[in-house]
Amino acid sequence: MNDAGEPGYNFAYLDESTKRMIRRAILKAIAIPGYQVPFGSREMPLAYGWGTGGIQITAAVIGADDVLKVIDQGADDTTNAVSIRRFFARVAGVETTERTAEASIIQTRHRIPERRLSDGQILVYQVPIPEPLRFIEPRETETRKMHALVEYGAMHVKLYEDVAAHGRITTSYNYPVLVNGRYVMSPSPIPKFDNPKMDMMPALQLFGAGREKRIYAIPPYTPVKSLDFEDHPFSVERSDRPCALCGATDTFLDEIVADDRGGRIFVCSDSDRCGEQRDQVASGDGAAP
Amino acid sequence: MTDLPLLTATSLSYAYGRRMACQDVDLEIWPGEVVAIVGESGSGKSTLLGCLSGRLRPDRGHVAYRDRDGAVLDVWAEPEARRRLLMRTDWGMVHQNPRDGLRLRVSAGGNVGERLMAVGARHYGDIRQAAQAWLERVEIDPARVDDLPLAFSGGMQQRLQIARVLVSNPRLVFMDEPTGGLDVSVQARLLDLIRGLSRDLGLSALVVTHDLAVARLLAHRIVVMRGGGIVEHGLTDRVLDDPHHPYTQLLVSSVLPA
Amino acid sequence: MYVAVKGGEKAIDAALDLLARRRRGDDAVPELSVDQIDAQLSLAVDRVMTEGSLYDRQLGALAVKQARGDLVEAAFLLRAYRTTLPRFGFSEPLDTARMALARRISAAFKDLPGGQILGPTFDYTHRLLDFALLAEGRPSVTDVVRHAAGEVQPAMPRVTDLLADEGLIERDGDMTGAPADITRDPPHHPAPRDARLQALSRGDEGFLLALAYSTQRGYGGNHPFAGEIRYGEVAVHLHVEELGFAVDIGDIEATECQMINQFKGGGDVPPQFTRGYGLAFGHAERKAMSMALVDRALRAGEFGEEAASPAQDEEFVLSHCDNVDASGFVQHLKLPHYVDFQAELLAVRALRAAFQDKEAAQ
Repeated sequence: MNDAGEPGYNFAYLDESTKRMIRRAILKAIAIPGYQVPFGSREMPLAYGWGTGGIQITAAVIGADDVLKVIDQGADDTTNAVSIRRFFARVAGVETTERTAEASIIQTRHRIPERRLSDGQILVYQVPIPEPLRFIEPRETETRKMHALVEYGAMHVKLYEDVAAHGRITTSYNYPVLVNGRYVMSPSPIPKFDNPKMDMMPALQLFGAGREKRIYAIPPYTPVKSLDFEDHPFSVERSDRPCALCGATDTFLDEIVADDRGGRIFVCSDSDRCGEQRDQVASGDGAAP
Repeated sequence: MTDLPLLTATSLSYAYGRRMACQDVDLEIWPGEVVAIVGESGSGKSTLLGCLSGRLRPDRGHVAYRDRDGAVLDVWAEPEARRRLLMRTDWGMVHQNPRDGLRLRVSAGGNVGERLMAVGARHYGDIRQAAQAWLERVEIDPARVDDLPLAFSGGMQQRLQIARVLVSNPRLVFMDEPTGGLDVSVQARLLDLIRGLSRDLGLSALVVTHDLAVARLLAHRIVVMRGGGIVEHGLTDRVLDDPHHPYTQLLVSSVLPA
Repeated sequence: MYVAVKGGEKAIDAALDLLARRRRGDDAVPELSVDQIDAQLSLAVDRVMTEGSLYDRQLGALAVKQARGDLVEAAFLLRAYRTTLPRFGFSEPLDTARMALARRISAAFKDLPGGQILGPTFDYTHRLLDFALLAEGRPSVTDVVRHAAGEVQPAMPRVTDLLADEGLIERDGDMTGAPADITRDPPHHPAPRDARLQALSRGDEGFLLALAYSTQRGYGGNHPFAGEIRYGEVAVHLHVEELGFAVDIGDIEATECQMINQFKGGGDVPPQFTRGYGLAFGHAERKAMSMALVDRALRAGEFGEEAASPAQDEEFVLSHCDNVDASGFVQHLKLPHYVDFQAELLAVRALRAAFQDKEAAQ
């Protein structure tokens, strides 16, 4: 019964049989890393494409003792993150936080937190298009076969074309990865800057695509390799300047248009990490500046 | 040639509804051999090609393929995974319309490189080099490696398709009217190229054509089809110069210049 | 110093508040009641119930009101509510032959048992704006209509049954076992016809209308005749496990369209017409007819027809017909994408720098 949440609704909105169905899909997904498990995605009181897959996963795994953090574009205060966090505060009555370290479940759209996640944490990704082969082959019947038969040649054709046209792989986000040496997987539209964090991550990574009705997963400590060529290895582009707020040089930065004369400011996209860094600087034990 | 066939078809039958497109066909292809299937449209030659090449499941009969290790596979009894693997490694398919066999929005180099990448090639420079070498081999300027097939003429597209198929070193190539949509002058050049390549590479090939001149130029052996069945087969020169079956006689006299 | 955009919570609260005020509109104008919407905008409620796949007139009207008349948004509201409801089971197939008819027409026969009943249709209105309605006066209602209002015709045989008795058209499919439930199970292709029909029934009317239209213009034509369109009240029977038989749990209004399509046969089967089927809650002829045309188009493979047009492509149609899916995904482009855009900016800048270096070197 629901003591903490919204009257008239079950704890965390979904009824228990739906949660069970989703948990089964999650277990299967964990058992076959990178494989897209079809599931009976429900209509949620949030529009499809706005995180319904992530919300269903979070609703299925969250318990009363969990501490939830929700980010969109790395930040806790973007409107969609606020909206989803409020949804769970309302229907599950759970504690929420903006601190990456304190969260037991982090639901995210388009970023992986900068702070290294630890054992026991769960990172829930919102996924718009789960199928990495979709733009090569629009048919689900065909792409499922391609995965089953490990027919991934066409995936590299895309990368080949990048190099042929630009001298380098230009895919900058939603950069495809090979999970556990078997399945090619879409990491969701995170910048490729975040790809290396997926490899051997101690936290459990769950991916939910509500509209497309797919769940997939990367169990803790699973190898995740970004696709590349031997002579054009995967690499991450870094901004050549530090965060204007905290001075960090190792984070992904958002570019803010400061005025109409070409003025730009670069700040951490991960708002929590940025705040932490500033606190450390203020207390004198952080790195310069 | 060794003493075992590469591909053996027995009692192949395929029906569209009640119409038998192909009935009780037996056929063998030997290593290094080019076989032409000739006949008018509707004779069942394309259906037979589909059944032999793993694209059209026959209603009855078997297709046996002897792989590189000498093991014999019952093609239609194998799981689809094995069959598809065969189709992108040991086998190749050249379509009449190059657009069916090419990725039109992918550069010539990407088209040729795909089969290499499909079997694990991961060195961009090597893939590109192989693609350029193959372009040269099919008489396309290697400098055009980054051009899209759409920028190529029909004959070039067809040669590009052939390069895309041959790059992975297949043992058996199926060709469906490979010179079908081309001008006569372009046809001759392409036929010359195919003949040279199949000889140099020791390829086995099965060529479907309605054009006896194509068969004469390319094939060691000819299979004549009519109404879904084989009416005559034999060495190319023998069949064309001394046809036994009345239908073959008609075909030869009506098409080949005297 | 730059201060990051904060205050998402406040902004959302303010937006909700503003939305509520816009919904209410000018306070000087009386507020619409849900009953008024149900009674006077009944076709909007019908559409919302059909695409929301929940038959509840009051909730449908509430959704229309809450969504400020945006029917796709209203259908979404109903769906989000529906998904929280327990599922008791599934009904017996509706026996539309026993429908209490308010309208029934056939374009295939001039006359037939029971006759043609025009009922409340826009078909023969002259689409002239009726300024009497502007003046909030009652429109002139003829005596005949006044007399007939509320009068419902008794059950009449379905045209397709008359044809099927002679073997001239394929029979209704047999209903054995539990039907598919696309709200519970993930889709797979090829989908069985029950799953397809469910998807079409709650699919977007505009999308299906356009697809149906395309089949008429040569993109997968199937020579349709409007065999019968009927609208009225039909009983819903639910099989109750404990009782061992089906009980009548109430009547719903529904529109059914049976298209008669080109005949097939040959081999062991004598030639007979084929069907396309459409069903919608309430009075929704355009929807039911569109659905029937698309249903038939999607059966191309079953009849060995070439399937080269969009309306015949099951994956294409079923993956894109749902307006809750489509609306959400199209509109999610409003969500911030600046991380991805930043990644693209980095890539483009790097490419431009490389380009300039190359230029300079030359």
